[in-house]
Amino acid sequence: MKMPDPDQVIIARKAEIAAALREIVPGEGVIVEEQELKAYESDGLTAYRQVPLIVVLPSTTEEVSRVLAYCQENEVKVVPRGAGTSLSGGALPLADGILLGLGKFNRILEIDFENRCAVVQPGVTNLGITKAVEHAGFYYAPDPSSQIACTIGGNVAENAGGVHCLKYGLTTNNLLGLKMVMIDGTVVEVGGKHLESEGYDLLGLMTGSEGLLGVVTEVTVRILRKPETARALLLGFGSSEAAGDTVAAIIAGGIIPGGMEMMDKPAIHAAEAFVHAGYPLDVEALLIVELDGPEAEVDQLIERVSEIAKAEGATTLRASQSDEERLTFWAGRKAAFPAVGQISPDYYCMDGTIPRHQLAKVLTRMTELSSHYGLRVANVFHAGDGNLHPLILYDANTPGELEKAEDFGSDILKLCVEVGGVLTGEHGVGVEKRDLMGSMFTETDLDQQERVKCAFDPKALLNPGKVFPQLHSCAELGRVHINRGQLRFPDLPRF
Amino acid sequence: MTESLRPESDEQVREVVAWAVGEEAPLEILGRGSKRGLGRPLQTQRSLDLSGLSGITLYEPEELILRARAGTPLAEIEAALAENRQQLAFEPMDPGPLLGAEPGGGSLGGLLACNLAGPRRVKAGAARDHFLGFEAVSGRGEAFKSGGRVVKNVTGYDLCKLLAGSYGTLAVMTEATLKVLPAPEKTRSVLVLGLEERAGVQALSRALGSAHEVSAAAHLPAEIAARSAVAYIRDAGASVTLVRVEGTGLSVEHRCRALRAELADFGETEELHSHNSATAWTEIRDVGPLLGKGEAVVWRLSVAPTQGPEVAARLRAELAAQAYYDWGGGLVWLAVEGSEDLGTDDGGEAAVRRALGSGGHATLIRAPEDLRARVPVFQPQDPAKAALSERIKSGFDPRRVLNPGRMYAGV
Ligand SMILES: Cc1cc2nc3c(=O)[nH]c(=O)nc-3n(C[C@H](O)[C@H](O)[C@H](O)COP(=O)(O)OP(=O)(O)OC[C@H]3O[C@@H](n4cnc5c(N)ncnc54)[C@H](O)[C@@H]3O)c2cc1C
Repeated sequence: MKMPDPDQVIIARKAEIAAALREIVPGEGVIVEEQELKAYESDGLTAYRQVPLIVVLPSTTEEVSRVLAYCQENEVKVVPRGAGTSLSGGALPLADGILLGLGKFNRILEIDFENRCAVVQPGVTNLGITKAVEHAGFYYAPDPSSQIACTIGGNVAENAGGVHCLKYGLTTNNLLGLKMVMIDGTVVEVGGKHLESEGYDLLGLMTGSEGLLGVVTEVTVRILRKPETARALLLGFGSSEAAGDTVAAIIAGGIIPGGMEMMDKPAIHAAEAFVHAGYPLDVEALLIVELDGPEAEVDQLIERVSEIAKAEGATTLRASQSDEERLTFWAGRKAAFPAVGQISPDYYCMDGTIPRHQLAKVLTRMTELSSHYGLRVANVFHAGDGNLHPLILYDANTPGELEKAEDFGSDILKLCVEVGGVLTGEHGVGVEKRDLMGSMFTETDLDQQERVKCAFDPKALLNPGKVFPQLHSCAELGRVHINRGQLRFPDLPRF
Repeated sequence: MTESLRPESDEQVREVVAWAVGEEAPLEILGRGSKRGLGRPLQTQRSLDLSGLSGITLYEPEELILRARAGTPLAEIEAALAENRQQLAFEPMDPGPLLGAEPGGGSLGGLLACNLAGPRRVKAGAARDHFLGFEAVSGRGEAFKSGGRVVKNVTGYDLCKLLAGSYGTLAVMTEATLKVLPAPEKTRSVLVLGLEERAGVQALSRALGSAHEVSAAAHLPAEIAARSAVAYIRDAGASVTLVRVEGTGLSVEHRCRALRAELADFGETEELHSHNSATAWTEIRDVGPLLGKGEAVVWRLSVAPTQGPEVAARLRAELAAQAYYDWGGGLVWLAVEGSEDLGTDDGGEAAVRRALGSGGHATLIRAPEDLRARVPVFQPQDPAKAALSERIKSGFDPRRVLNPGRMYAGV
């Protein structure tokens, strides 16, 4: 993956830039030593590494504003970073750019139970929000598996999802407001404690914008009351088709479970070996279906889903009888990534989404690709919403295997697009899928997206090299192409 | 006289816009025209009428998605969903009756462009939250797309969000894909009678903060309740606070019981069953039946739920106004009566903005054209946001040919 050529002039100015930044962020908030910078050289996509020019750790919106204004004026690139758990290289540093760490923004500013929201700083972890409100029976719904570590700012930037998103929505559906700083230092407040932000939906646009439009310094999230109860079903099937049909039948039956996750045989075996959750090992596919809500309803729906699963030929069917048992069902799924990490030196996590009915076709094709590349693959799948996480197993120490894994991954993602799906469901484009954007979008589509970028950051200083395969200049993108006089007035019905 | 152009293909839409760009001839973008009276009046000589782009092009109930051309009547979409016991969970309001148009006249494109929502907004979100992808023509006369047909998608910027609520000022949608959801098996509402407004909203907060999965929460002061078509509400002779639950039969009964217990200390409680409950929420959703078909100017205020009654109280001190609350207090529908007599010719605009203070925003929904031309219809933006909006507009529509000025002057 090629990143833009570093600007040697900026690199040569390192000392001067650091000094200027120290004027803004006092004390230890500006890091320049190679040894310390190394801690920031990669995010969750560890195959890519780059030591940043300088790390800056501001602690107020005012400091962020001044840092960005300085960077804009001096044409220094900026990469925002939360906890650095991005799996698409969204927080990958630049040799000629500063890494703006939001870790010091770690305070919960306000909890407002009556209005069912919390105002937090972007460096607060996802789980940290739930921890702060659970004493009153509330929680923050989107629950990425990385929730212990990842920050709400990173969640906003990636529009993170989790296993409960089928019923409760993604990050974008659970936000009320933002405070953000634009690259020229302007502070913009969007939304608040009310349900709709005024004017263009900047809140929606910022969510999932991968740090390319602005730096988020405050987030207002919705908090929900914990469901009265939750129960899960563990269902085993002789084929992934049967599991897929079960998912379709549950939804066609008018049931939207709190979570509905599928694992294929390799993933089941890896997870079972790792956490001993009691998963059946003689099945081809495993489904975990969680129903949450009022007790009366949950018990009724557990019955209905059991009937559906039996009709589709489930060979294992266990309904959790206690919360402890429910959590055991989940333990294997939640630990699926590290579990796969145990059976292979390295793994590469993909994140495509497909229309659900294409699952069997995609899995078959993936098996073919697996033998073509000679690499194993294990699948975990947010089955309810079609979000597939194939984990490609490889060994980085074997020359050429990483490249092979990447090619395999690209083929999988292109396959997702081919069957009507998309390149990324929740991990973001980042650097990883940047060059695949053309398989989903035309040049016109991408130009229109880049024009949005131009409205926020005309010099393309915020997180360059991510998301877009090639950057056009904003002047070029702004031009209007018309063929005056050549266009005939369309011959249409008029009234 | 304005001329109306009615394309029948996406390509014809592109041709019209490309022509308009070349001639710098601004267009009014119309779905089926049901919300024409919403927003600032336009100064265009031509309208682009999308009613010729009609029809559901893809509906897969078990995948929970529906795709249709932009001019498809909403009524057609709702009928197709109902056949499969599904629905648009955001419960789009039908502003037709409020704006003096026939009910049921809206289109898919209009619904998205205005980001409609209804009482279920508190649980399920608005149109924006169910908008998965689109095909459109930008104000550059170029066809482009964004999003897709799957729920989980973070590939590129979420331009669906940007188009939702852009009132046709950024691009002309030609086709859109929506997420759809199962319709509930059963619906009931719990009523609490006789609460004053602050207590009413407190009761709503408690209900929404409970584990009973409340799907709507409104408060109707006595004079508003008296206009309801539901006898129970109309004849209560007091304010009515309503909380809705939906789900399987057993669950709905159980939760109604639990909610009545939970709200008992507020006052006397009642239950509304299927038909009455549905009628009440349709009235609350569509506003028209409750705020009267008269001449009153109607505002829509979006505020922090607990602020609803405070803002209304401040307003009533200045204006002859009636209000009711949806979204747990966070949505205030306000009718300003006889503003001309009060010596204010701004439809209460200055008072409304003052009452809001720094939180929330207000939109003038129903007003005569001259008033909508005179006062800001949408919440005025601070300079930074206004400049940003203008730059976003320029990226999509540099020559200002798509509904120019519908939201803000210059946008
Ligand atoms: C084991 C594991 C499991 C995971 N499971 C899930 C999952 O279930 N669901 C899911 O969605 N993701 C998952 N992820 C991916 C990752 O955790 C999410 O994308 C997360 O939202 C990233 O948050 P972060 O704080 O680590 O952000 P970072 O990795 O630091 O940054 C991510 C992006 O956000 C930008 N950014 C960060 N903070 C800000 C800010 N304040 N303002 C502007 N831009 C900012 C960065 O520039 C970058 O582009 C997983 C990752 C791992 C390692």
